[in-house]
Amino acid sequence: MDRRRPALLAAVPLTATLSTRVPLWRDIRVLKWVLQLVVVGLVVAVVIWLYGNYIDNTAEQNIPTDFGFLDNPANFQITGNELSTNAPIRDALAQGVLNTLRVSVVGIVAATVLGTLIGIARLSKNWIVRKIATVYVEAVRNVPLALFVVAGLLVVVLGTFPTIQDAWNLGGLAIISNRGVAVPWFIGAGVGLLAIGACGGLAAWLTARWRASVSDRTGVLPRSGLWGGSAFALVFLVGWFALGYELTLPELDGRQTVGGIRIDPSFFAILFALVIYTSSHIAEIVRGSIQAVPRGQGEAADSVALSGFQRMYFVILPQAFRIAIPPIGNQYLNLIKNSSLGAAIGYYDITLVAQTTVGNGSPAVPVFALTMVLYICISLFTSMIVNIANRRSALVER
Amino acid sequence: MTATANRSGTAHRTGPMVWARRNLFRSPLDGVLTIVFGALAVWLIYKTFSFVFITGRWDIIRVNLRLMIIGRFPDAHVLRLVVTVVALAAWGGFIAGFIRARQVRSGNVTDDSQRLVVRLGDIAARLWLPGMVVLLLLLLSSTNGPWIMVGLAVVAAVVGRLVGPFAGRRKLGPVGSALAVVGLAVVPVSLYFYVVTAVGFDDWGGFMLNLFLAACAIVLCFPLGVLLALGRRSSLPLVRVVCTTYIEIVRGAPLFVLLLLANVALGFFVPNSLAPSTSTRAIIVYTLFTAAYMAEIVRGGLQSVPRGQIEAAKAVGLSPVSQTAYVVLPQALRNVIPAQIGQLISLFKDTVLAGIAMGVFELLNVARAVTAQEDFRGQGLIGETITFAALMFWTVAYTMSRESQRLEKRLGVGVR
Repeated sequence: MDRRRPALLAAVPLTATLSTRVPLWRDIRVLKWVLQLVVVGLVVAVVIWLYGNYIDNTAEQNIPTDFGFLDNPANFQITGNELSTNAPIRDALAQGVLNTLRVSVVGIVAATVLGTLIGIARLSKNWIVRKIATVYVEAVRNVPLALFVVAGLLVVVLGTFPTIQDAWNLGGLAIISNRGVAVPWFIGAGVGLLAIGACGGLAAWLTARWRASVSDRTGVLPRSGLWGGSAFALVFLVGWFALGYELTLPELDGRQTVGGIRIDPSFFAILFALVIYTSSHIAEIVRGSIQAVPRGQGEAADSVALSGFQRMYFVILPQAFRIAIPPIGNQYLNLIKNSSLGAAIGYYDITLVAQTTVGNGSPAVPVFALTMVLYICISLFTSMIVNIANRRSALVER
Repeated sequence: MTATANRSGTAHRTGPMVWARRNLFRSPLDGVLTIVFGALAVWLIYKTFSFVFITGRWDIIRVNLRLMIIGRFPDAHVLRLVVTVVALAAWGGFIAGFIRARQVRSGNVTDDSQRLVVRLGDIAARLWLPGMVVLLLLLLSSTNGPWIMVGLAVVAAVVGRLVGPFAGRRKLGPVGSALAVVGLAVVPVSLYFYVVTAVGFDDWGGFMLNLFLAACAIVLCFPLGVLLALGRRSSLPLVRVVCTTYIEIVRGAPLFVLLLLANVALGFFVPNSLAPSTSTRAIIVYTLFTAAYMAEIVRGGLQSVPRGQIEAAKAVGLSPVSQTAYVVLPQALRNVIPAQIGQLISLFKDTVLAGIAMGVFELLNVARAVTAQEDFRGQGLIGETITFAALMFWTVAYTMSRESQRLEKRLGVGVR
């Protein structure tokens, strides 16, 4: 080392560099490892202590620590589901997952649409539209979600909706009463219908890509939405008739509704709360993103004489959504996690199934550990989709 | 029609008609929107008005006001609460005056010569909303006690604000600053013990409990969040793994489930002698939960500090700890103040969950419980009580977010 000393160090006496061997307690490499080992050691010690307590306590009270409880009968009925009470807890939890996904997916779609509209309305040139949107956002954003959930059930459904005898009938498309909201549905809907929908979506995607490539080559308008939508409709209808599905409208029959599907009060309430609450947050994100699009873009759209709708739809919104995807994705994750509040009003999502199971005597720690793992999986899956969308929209930029 | 009218000379005239034409009837579609949404607005205003003044039966609030605000806090010790509120008001005023004087001294703020009327107008514009709500609460109350308390609190705040600058203007050495910080921190802590020695924490309730849960968790989560953020950005791989795992697990799980878990399962993990009471458990969960989110926000702030700053700190020979403490962290934290306040607002709103998951007697639980009282049972008064609860939460959260916007403007975050 000393033979190839750089010229700069030549002025320093040789002895100075040789004698300053860093002592062990000041060597940065040693210190780093010591620090890490101390931190990890502390964490491990705490975890071991907690785990030891857990093992001791469960052994003392004779509580199992494994997941064998999953095979025990659930002993409770899930509202709106024909699962028998003797079905194993495993199946009840699966239903809980399905219910969480159901309210999350519907809620995400509805909150996105409503939030985007309100976000645009907040920047409207129409004074009254702008004011209503502002009041909505400011009023909703600052009130706890749980209040909307409780109010959704106790005030809206049970307090405002009429009894079944004089239910509101919206032209046969929906029958609203305090027993829930009945809407048209498919008979025998299930995996088959989902498969048809997936095929339709695939067809729509392929058609849209084909139209885009045609447009790139020839310069004709792509009209991907129209073509894709038609492809979806075509595939969906063919599958529909091939598999013999039928749509039924809800009808009032004495003290109950027949046909269609009945959305229970608790589902309606949690959906209502999630959509209202999340849409106010999404509206703020959309507004901020629209404002972040450079002014020149809107002016350029004006100068090529696009209409107000075209300006928004073709120029502003695509660029705004590129900015908005990560924060909106966060809102989706929040919505999924917030759907656990459905448990507070008797909606059988993962949380309520877990809570009921624990109430019926299953070991609490494994049940809630499983619940958390399920939520984390759903969150990870969602954030993966959001990341893919983000990457794709970012690529278009170049 | 409107476009030509605007071009042919009305553009520089003003008046209600011109305003309406420009803001309400720009085009036929706009006209339709105005009519539809105008009708909606009128209907909503009518509904709100009739609910507040005609159909709403607000007796339930008047009778239970005390339960809503302080829960089942025993009569004998309410005086301690009054002392606490007044002392906190004086303390807050003192800090405001102190900070203001420090800023003026360091030259950050120069408008201290503003006229008193302007300053008072500014304060009124900032605080009229919570002030109105406090006034509403006072009008609803049936005794004189609250009036006296609020009067004393206002006086105390003003006195504190006037005294604060004397301490702030003086030059404080390192020992003096440390003493000042400790002294200011001691006040709320000792007030807490003053109250809690008389009435155990589990007997607190109502909106007071919501505020207290949020305040505790806010104070406690902040250092933990900063540490986690530093750990996640650390160059030490094991520390990074530990912090990242913690943050991601906590952020992946719903707060509601964590609260349920703490309620049902905490007893398995800690010995009975150490198992905390329900409200304390809630504070612990809120702290651990918000710390993870805070860590992510602070991480964003750390990433926003330019590399040149760290390199400059290294160049002047600061140790790694000093680099972080004196150069990186102050800039990082300043950049993310708005995001942090946003997170704190959401923490405040989430205090409701402690009521649902753990049965803590906070405002929403009170609002639900009072509808089951003998006098009010089965009358469908939940709408009234929930509206009242919503008003309380809304006022605090809205005031916080407005103050945060104001702070953002003053700090010039995002403005280079």
